[in-house]
Amino acid sequence: MTQLVTRSASPSATAAGPASSGAGASRFRGAGNYLALIPFHVYVGLFLVLPTLIVTIGSFQDQAGSLTLDNFKAMFTNEQFIGSFMKSLQLALITAILGAIVGGLLAWAVVRGNPNGILRQLVIAACGVLAQFGGVMLAFAFFATFGFNGLITMFLKNNLGMAADGSWLYSLAGLAVVYTYFQIPLMLIVFLPSLDGLRQEWYDASASLGGGAWSFWRNVGGPILAPSFLGALLLLFTNAFSAYATAQAVISQGCALITQQIACQMQSEVILGQENVGKALALGMIVIVSAVMAVYAYIQRRASRWVK
Amino acid sequence: MLVAVLAYLILPLIAMLEFSTRGDVDPVTKAATRSLQSYAAIFSYPNLVDGIIASLEIAALTVVGMLAILVPTMVWTVVRVPRMRRVVEFLCLLPLAIPAIVIVVGIAPIYRFIGQHLGPLGASPLTLTFIDIILVLPYSYRAIDSSLRGIDTATLADAARSLGASWPRTIFEVIVPNIRGGVLSAAVLGIALVLGEFTISSLLSFNTVQVVIYLLGKRDPFVSVAVSLLALVFAFVLLFVISRFAPGADNRAQRAAEEPA
Repeated sequence: MTQLVTRSASPSATAAGPASSGAGASRFRGAGNYLALIPFHVYVGLFLVLPTLIVTIGSFQDQAGSLTLDNFKAMFTNEQFIGSFMKSLQLALITAILGAIVGGLLAWAVVRGNPNGILRQLVIAACGVLAQFGGVMLAFAFFATFGFNGLITMFLKNNLGMAADGSWLYSLAGLAVVYTYFQIPLMLIVFLPSLDGLRQEWYDASASLGGGAWSFWRNVGGPILAPSFLGALLLLFTNAFSAYATAQAVISQGCALITQQIACQMQSEVILGQENVGKALALGMIVIVSAVMAVYAYIQRRASRWVK
Repeated sequence: MLVAVLAYLILPLIAMLEFSTRGDVDPVTKAATRSLQSYAAIFSYPNLVDGIIASLEIAALTVVGMLAILVPTMVWTVVRVPRMRRVVEFLCLLPLAIPAIVIVVGIAPIYRFIGQHLGPLGASPLTLTFIDIILVLPYSYRAIDSSLRGIDTATLADAARSLGASWPRTIFEVIVPNIRGGVLSAAVLGIALVLGEFTISSLLSFNTVQVVIYLLGKRDPFVSVAVSLLALVFAFVLLFVISRFAPGADNRAQRAAEEPA
């Protein structure tokens, strides 16, 4: 009862006393105020926290539901699982580094253009699409380019007489090329705000002290951008590590990457009789991604000291 | 250098256009022809049409549901319980740390339950709305949050309340119009994300547009490429339009929308 009273009473109190406006509202922290947040928490609890708990608890259970560490034993001893983790980590690392370097340079080129220009907005919108919403469609873009009947494959075959067959695309190397394709625009989107934060005054100050371009980047620009660059690199890493759609579209047979391996486990769990191994692998992914994101959050806090 | 990078980014898109407009080889001259037959063929695959419709419906439901859950919660957090802001933020950004494939593993039992207990609705792809709302949370949160930061939400709410407006009226007629740029960005990002979603619908065996494109790609890659190109162009136009025409005061919302994390 008191909760309801608090809630209905607080607006009039707010209206009455000037001291209680704005931040003062937080003084009425009656439990009633929290009631309004229940729908959100129930929803997120049901469709995000509960699935995560199901994965976490399930990975410590056997088929009968009793406690076991066998699922993790399988994860750490089965060469197939270790191989999948290694392939995913390698792919994520290589494409994150390539994407960060190339995308960083692209962002630098964009930032030197007109900040309100239409070209900049076009590039940003295009990068937003390619980086975040591509998935399966990007795989098809590469089939159309480098696949068996792709534009470039046909061109090499018909005009240059080369023995191009496009089969390389359907391998891990091909996957790395497609992944890099969405890492570059993602880097641009993540890194652009940091570059925008570099102030002309800093460059002028450096120049007035006799510093050239090299000494500016070495002593001012570089150190300021380094945390943002590193943070973006980590983000690209988790992005590639978590990707499933593109991989599945490019290499639809087999369970190469860890995301595909989990899907395989999920689809064949009844036959295998170790239905919770997939959950252990999924928990392994959560641990890796969370660790990287924690470092990312730490770096981001440091980066925001200078670049806002 | 820049030209090379841009060429690399644009080349696959041009190839999609070339690939999807290939016609039959001319029987007399043996020359390749151009035609839009792959685009016309979209309508000859009922599965594909159904998938496109299903995805559009899910996108609409997701946007409505996301706004219904997120906007009142976020406004309430700012006005009444600022202490909870970090908690709400953490929960909204959490999907970034949990890969979609992991969510599928954990949510499959929940969807089995939904499938058994919601009757005919349980088997409908529209139930994907539940999980798609979660997937769009980080993007929507950032877009709306920067809009809310741009206005003095607490004062606006106090003013409206002291003039006798009810809470729903305060939120929807006073605050929402002031953050419409952020709401618009959140909606557009939600639509684009749902139209591109593959992992979860595929593993839960729902035929959304991406799943059908993927399956069809083995039989008729020309049509799959055509639909992919259309979807990419559609998403591009949406994103470009919000960056161009969202109210000027919402530049910050725009930036949040572009920043995935």
